[in-house]
Amino acid sequence: MDLSLTDDQKMIKETAASFVKKDSPVARARELRDSALGWDAAVYRQMGELGWLGLPLPEAAGGFGGTMVDAAILLEEFGKTLVPEPYLASVVLGGRALVHGATAAQQAELLGPMIEGERVISLAWAERGSRYDPEAIEARAERRGEGWAITGEKVWALGAHAADDLIVSARADAGISLFHVAKGARGLTVQTVKTMDGGRAGRVRLEGAEARLLGEPGAAGAALSRVLDDAAAAACAEGVGVATAVLWMTVEYLKTRKQFGVPIGVFQALQHRAVDMFVATELLKGTSILANARAGSDDVVERQRAVSAAKAQLSSGGFYVVAQGTQLHGGIGVTDEHDISLYFKRMRVLMALFGDEEHHVARYAALPSFTAGL
Amino acid sequence: MDLSFTPEEEAFRAEVRAFVASAMPPHLAEKAAVDGHFGMDEMMEWHRILYAKGWVAPHWPKELGGPGWSVAQRFIFTEELESAGAPILSPFGLAMVGPLLIQFGTKAQKERYLPKILSGEEVWCQGYSEPGSGSDLASLRTEARDEGDHFVVNGQKTWTTYAQYADWIFCLVRTNPSVKQQAGISFLLIDMKTEGVTVKPMLTSGHTPAFCDTFFDNVRVPKENVVGKVDQGWTMAKALLGHERTLIAAVGQSARAIQRVKHIAQATRCGDATLLDDPLFRAKVARLEIQLEAHRMANLRALAGAQLGHAPGPESSILKLRGSEILQQAYELAMDAMGQNALSWFNEPDVVPPDEHWVPSVFNYNRATTIYGGSNEIQKNIIAKLILGLPQVGKD
Ligand SMILES: Cc1cc2nc3c(=O)[nH]c(=O)nc-3n(C[C@H](O)[C@H](O)[C@H](O)COP(=O)(O)OP(=O)(O)OC[C@H]3O[C@@H](n4cnc5c(N)ncnc54)[C@H](O)[C@@H]3O)c2cc1C
Repeated sequence: MDLSLTDDQKMIKETAASFVKKDSPVARARELRDSALGWDAAVYRQMGELGWLGLPLPEAAGGFGGTMVDAAILLEEFGKTLVPEPYLASVVLGGRALVHGATAAQQAELLGPMIEGERVISLAWAERGSRYDPEAIEARAERRGEGWAITGEKVWALGAHAADDLIVSARADAGISLFHVAKGARGLTVQTVKTMDGGRAGRVRLEGAEARLLGEPGAAGAALSRVLDDAAAAACAEGVGVATAVLWMTVEYLKTRKQFGVPIGVFQALQHRAVDMFVATELLKGTSILANARAGSDDVVERQRAVSAAKAQLSSGGFYVVAQGTQLHGGIGVTDEHDISLYFKRMRVLMALFGDEEHHVARYAALPSFTAGL
Repeated sequence: MDLSFTPEEEAFRAEVRAFVASAMPPHLAEKAAVDGHFGMDEMMEWHRILYAKGWVAPHWPKELGGPGWSVAQRFIFTEELESAGAPILSPFGLAMVGPLLIQFGTKAQKERYLPKILSGEEVWCQGYSEPGSGSDLASLRTEARDEGDHFVVNGQKTWTTYAQYADWIFCLVRTNPSVKQQAGISFLLIDMKTEGVTVKPMLTSGHTPAFCDTFFDNVRVPKENVVGKVDQGWTMAKALLGHERTLIAAVGQSARAIQRVKHIAQATRCGDATLLDDPLFRAKVARLEIQLEAHRMANLRALAGAQLGHAPGPESSILKLRGSEILQQAYELAMDAMGQNALSWFNEPDVVPPDEHWVPSVFNYNRATTIYGGSNEIQKNIIAKLILGLPQVGKD
């Protein structure tokens, strides 16, 4: 076993750490939450130039042939200052959906420009009634001439408001399949929906929207399951960054905020709370590493066990850190003005994405590994 | 011992319920139905409706405009109003400065202020906390300099809830800097229209303009605006905090929030059934409801004590502790029930169902329930010291 980073990974981490520190302070996230796009297109392109957008994508399609572990290194750093560019949306959800569900030629065509930072890809899988089950959908796909026509509604499609390429799941005669719907396609309307953390999602309406089949018809179930595991693992990595930032911001506050003539960090009740936050953060780091390392595994049980454990841990431990961080800041912690309220919101959004605690605990307990050896 | 309410009390409950149903104007009822955020104007509208009915100040003595209810009736009344989702009235006049004036004010002060608190003609806010003095309130620095027939006030208060709408503020100010902290504080009433008072509203994390910074720059305040004796404001303020904490019990509010969770869960598809049928989720809600039941009994026990004439003591800290945590947890569950809809933030009406619209905002704002009114850490300190009698660091 070796948990150390390779030289390449160390370099990614250093570059990313320096980027968030110098070029992407939280103030940038705060400013961009009120912009129409929600992020900075120039920074997204810059991420392409740095090679970040292609990290966990195949070389054949113009990527760097890395894994979710590489993406996780970036995302953890991004979480520390709430970097708003759509990495999770475009690279992990959009990009990896294509990896799992599209042909090599389709990947090369669609991933290339995204990896360069020229285009944004968004995955539209969720529907009003689907909760966290990508197969509980009603959107329908029917053949129309050479191509397909999709009818249905998708919600909370991250980054869809600005997507050049939408990957849409829909039910065809052969079963659930993935489709490519290009921006501006006939029958497609995307409504921009603001999210709690200042981000943007799209509500996607498809009225016989012009589409192209990706990969094999009826084969999207497995692909969606895999990409949502990738995304859950990615959310954990970002959550580690969020928790780490909140932990240290709070520790700093305990050292500087004075009440009763002393820094409040003197009070042991608060010291213990800070220690519990620290422990929770360390545990998150461990489960996040596990989930991201196993995300690429073809062994479904091994993969789901790791991802579900990490995502459930994020909902308990991650929430503990941001809730207690807020509490220890007192009144200022519940102002919009203080950055901790932005971190709090981001953590809550990460919790709600790709399966909440309930979902992952249930899935974990239903795996054969849970009752193995009895 | 009898844990049930008497037939008369049950009849009273029915009367309150019927009144609320008929008296709430449609636009308030509409918001109540989805647990929307009531603005100050809506709170005052409801205030005036209750005033007209003679029910606006349940805990005031009858001769000063209270309805003359028993403790049980007051409990029922509060529970009914909260469960109906009626606007929660601004507590600063009715529940804070009003009772304080009733207890410690002069005849002239009572006549001047109480009727307008009752009618809602004058809106109050509370000026205790300062940037440097939150939990350590006694360290407050806003000073009131004695200038013969008046004081001149300088300093800053913060987190002043709804100061932007207030006509009056009751403040703790330092009148004597050279004695022990607690012994140099006075309780002062200040007209917000006085020259030198400025208010800067702030957004909460729930994106509501609920609190403000309040600045005092050479503000002249007549001497007659001191309540009680000069330099003796601290003891009175502490008596008031006990009152404030029983208010935060929020039993009906939490009951309603749990009901909201169940509604959302029932309307949410999960597999072949609804989320409310999901045993994991159901158990979570049940556990919280059991916590609420225990809390409700603690509240009733405290009220039974009050009925026998005991003033709210340190036990009120228990109510504040549990009430604030349960309300917080109820909104955490509501967010859980919403699934990905928990991402929503003041979106166009049909993005999420109407009764989910406000949940994320309230969820964020409710982190404050364990902070205001004396943080939960401070409540635990009080219980440790005053009830358990545990030794304190640096004291023998
Ligand atoms: C929404 C909201 C509305 C409010 N409305 C009003 C209002 O209308 N008027 C008004 O005067 N005030 C108001 N307050 C202020 C409120 O009373 C204070 O926020 C509260 O007393 C805490 O003070 P602080 O914010 O300065 O935090 P601090 O006192 O700085 O506390 C920071 C953290 O340290 C902890 N801590 C402090 N001392 C100790 C100790 N000895 N042992 C253990 N832990 C400790 C606290 O519990 C907290 O977690 C409001 C606050 C909020 C959030």
